[in-house]
Amino acid sequence: MARLSVEDLSFAYRDREVLRGITFSVAAGEVLGLVGPNGCGKTTLIRCIDGMLTPRSGRVLLQGQELRTMHRREVARAMAYVPQSVGNQTSSTVFETVLMGRRPYLNWTVSPADEEKVAEALDLLDLRDLALRKVSELSGGERQRVMIARALVQETGVVLLDEPTSNLDVCHQMGVMEVLRGLASERDLAVVIALHDLNLAAIYCHRLMVLSAGTVYGYGAPEEALTEEMLRTVYGIQAVVKRDLSAPYMVPVRPGHPAGEV
Amino acid sequence: MEQNVILREGYTRLKKTRTLFIGGLLTALIILIGVAITLGSADLTVGESYLAILAGLFPGTLNAPDLATTIVWDFRLHRVLFAVAAGLGLAVAGCVMQGILRNPLASPFTLGIASAATTGASIAIVLGAGVAGGEYLVIGNAFLFALLAALAIYGMARYRGIGSETMVLAGIAVMYLFSAVTSLLQYVGSAEQLQAVVFWTFGSIDKSTWPKLGIVSLVLACTIPYLIYRAWDLNALAEGDEVAASLGVPVERSMIVFMLIASLLTAVIICFTGTIGFIGLVAPHITRMVIGGDFRTLLPASGLVGALLLLGADSIARSVLAPQVLPVGIVTAFLGVPFFIYLFLNRRNA
Repeated sequence: MARLSVEDLSFAYRDREVLRGITFSVAAGEVLGLVGPNGCGKTTLIRCIDGMLTPRSGRVLLQGQELRTMHRREVARAMAYVPQSVGNQTSSTVFETVLMGRRPYLNWTVSPADEEKVAEALDLLDLRDLALRKVSELSGGERQRVMIARALVQETGVVLLDEPTSNLDVCHQMGVMEVLRGLASERDLAVVIALHDLNLAAIYCHRLMVLSAGTVYGYGAPEEALTEEMLRTVYGIQAVVKRDLSAPYMVPVRPGHPAGEV
Repeated sequence: MEQNVILREGYTRLKKTRTLFIGGLLTALIILIGVAITLGSADLTVGESYLAILAGLFPGTLNAPDLATTIVWDFRLHRVLFAVAAGLGLAVAGCVMQGILRNPLASPFTLGIASAATTGASIAIVLGAGVAGGEYLVIGNAFLFALLAALAIYGMARYRGIGSETMVLAGIAVMYLFSAVTSLLQYVGSAEQLQAVVFWTFGSIDKSTWPKLGIVSLVLACTIPYLIYRAWDLNALAEGDEVAASLGVPVERSMIVFMLIASLLTAVIICFTGTIGFIGLVAPHITRMVIGGDFRTLLPASGLVGALLLLGADSIARSVLAPQVLPVGIVTAFLGVPFFIYLFLNRRNA
């Protein structure tokens, strides 16, 4: 059974339809990349799955159970959310920020077992030395790792990430994606990532779902989803997709300058 | 494994620092209460003050002079405790608002609740119209208008979609609206009425009584334990609505409940005192700098810092030009504005 299934999901802000007939599923250990141009509905879809927005129609199933029928705490134990790496205004330490991931299990006090889980996650994401620093003092890459550590201690089967690599340099982008891909297989997580960088998505995701104006344009392995035709139709750009590497790699072409010319 | 033990020890040290900080604040507050009671025309020592307090609490067991006991219990203690309760409540309200709105400048004052209370008081003073009679005319109006402002902010946020930004913008809009109404009332009022309105906006603890202290204490006793109980939800909301939702917090309902509690706390205090600025803004900031942002300790510690600040400010207000008493709102502003500027500059640097 799929960890996360979305069936015929539609959503509208008042009269403006943003998502239409979205259907997909993610299995344990799988990383699914949501790609598409700005405004295509990636973030809205993440928010619908997360329960922040209520779909107009369709269903979201977590381990076969419909999200709508589940209690908030139950959902929080099944699915974690990692926000974009934006400024964090709170003055919490890294340890406490990660500890917050235990909230679905905590009453008021924190048990040594909870602290142990936090310590493990910090260790796994190489955040040991930063444990008592304030999150607001960290760099973008470090902060993103803190958010992922928090999702990990939530001990869910599904993790949603909304553009976790925006604001990061290429080295940190790869670092974050490497961690996610590794965790997906080691911990049997179903991971859904909204991404802008198509090449990064092609390298690290098992499958890609291309959204275009609120509908699914393409859905499949990176080799099938990342095509020159897709880039032309969905993004409106000319590009060459190179297929001689381990993952397809797209190179955009300036309008009026044929491929290969500088 | 060993690494994990070291990590956890670091957190344990942090928890100890917090406990020590709260313990230190409590001790400082108890000392300041004793000192504050000595201030006034009748000379009392700190020792006599404590003895008189205990004598009143346990009649017949202690041998305290009757005069000292009368002075302390009839004139000074309720004022001192009112300053403590008001400082505590305003600081906790500010702390909650800054947390859920994720805005370091959010406070009952920047959100228009205090300005609405001033309008309510002005209507009572200038037009003589209000919901209650006698002594409670001004108080009743201030309370009602403060809650009205909170509901207006809530209404606008509800219409536009509840988010921290909407609430802050709605609060600012409400603040300007009520300020304009107060200005209009000042314009049409007589010189004496104008003086009364202006005096109200200074903020003062002069009119404290045991029954008023009782009302404020009751509201504090009903709300603060609940807020501390829900500290994890406040922690989660401070991280963002989406993060809070994904951690299982019912975001909209919690925002409404927390905003209403913070507004109620503010309303019930400032309706008796007038506008006492900056406690709600400054106390949570100071506390957060020292012990960080965990609401489980931030809330009680902010409350104690607020109590210390307001009692300290009131003691200064009573002693600087003694026997004249300065309105405490002026003193808190003198303390608060430099701090506010410091925060602003610090943020720019960051």
